[in-house]
Amino acid sequence: MKKSIFISVFFLIAAVSFSFIPVVHGVSDAYKHNIYDPGRQKPTDSKLKVKVGMEAPDFTLKAVAGGTVSLKQYRGKKNVVLSFVPAAWTPVCSDQWPGYNIVKDIFEENDAVLLGISVDNIPTLHSWINQMGDLWFPVLSDFWPHGKAATLFGILRSDGTAERAIIVIDKKGIIRYIDVHNVNERPPLEGIIRELEKLR
Amino acid sequence: MKMMSVCRLVLAVIMVAFVIFPAGISAAGPPAVGGALPDVSLSAPSDRGERSYLGVSGTFKIPQIKAQVLIIEIFSMYCPYCQKDAPKVNELYQKIEGNPALKGKMKIIGVGAGNSAFEVATFKKKYNVPFPLFADPDFKIYEQLGQLRTPYFIGLNINADGSHRIFFSKLGAFEGVDAFLESMIRLSGINEGEKR
Repeated sequence: MKKSIFISVFFLIAAVSFSFIPVVHGVSDAYKHNIYDPGRQKPTDSKLKVKVGMEAPDFTLKAVAGGTVSLKQYRGKKNVVLSFVPAAWTPVCSDQWPGYNIVKDIFEENDAVLLGISVDNIPTLHSWINQMGDLWFPVLSDFWPHGKAATLFGILRSDGTAERAIIVIDKKGIIRYIDVHNVNERPPLEGIIRELEKLR
Repeated sequence: MKMMSVCRLVLAVIMVAFVIFPAGISAAGPPAVGGALPDVSLSAPSDRGERSYLGVSGTFKIPQIKAQVLIIEIFSMYCPYCQKDAPKVNELYQKIEGNPALKGKMKIIGVGAGNSAFEVATFKKKYNVPFPLFADPDFKIYEQLGQLRTPYFIGLNINADGSHRIFFSKLGAFEGVDAFLESMIRLSGINEGEKR
């Protein structure tokens, strides 16, 4: 009898606690009802293959605007911020890059470029970023071979999406900052800016 | 007797959950016209001019703002519509401040849903926002207000006795500044006392 009461209470605690976990937030009306909410995901789901101080692995990806972009093209010229996001048309991702869109001047002051990367294909990314307005930074598709760039960094999740990760690479091609963020939350802007300012 | 103990335990668990997860408790829906605002606490702005504009200090509740009508914009630095609307909301503020019948009586604040203080400051600087903006980094206010999408506008009548009433509650960018201001004047009934 006692055991069954304890089991009931345990499940009650679990159920009540779960019902109070904040939901993932997709707040902009710009996307109307086109956002698919996958619900809360495992915060991280991959094994990082790089670390701060290492040379960043090079990659070449197709850009939504046309052509390709390689990491090495910025070597000796610009600091690079990689913003990997899990998937187009999902809540947190849709409210991330539009914020970066109003801080172009801060990136320029820090001699940095931003590369937005997702494992979605080009047509999907095209439609999605059109909803965001004109983004000033390149958006790259890591669709095929699927998650090639994400795999190089060890941030491809087991469901084929990428982690929500910020990676800062200096002009010498050395990784200076890695934030494999909780996939359910947006990395605060100040984290990126603080790391860029350290490269001055 | 045993049943009573179990009931007490269940009640205790629910109460503990409310204490542990207050941020997760959200209103049932958007703020309803005719109703009251949830009990939202804010910290007075660090800028003296903004404190004076709102007539507040320390931690305060929204209806303590010294105004007859308060327009609250729920926005986000990350929201494209909010970015596009920012100059229009600034213009709304300027029109209110430039109108002697409204200045000092109708005021505007913004709450950055899920935005840190840095992110709110970035938005404020980018668009030269002249009215006070508040951060809501952990989505606490966003949850209290019923998980509103952005931009969202709430109009509040604040009475001399400290009571208040929501007279406007709407999602989405506004069409025109003049039309929006006209709605605020008409729906709030501001200055009706003077007309009589």
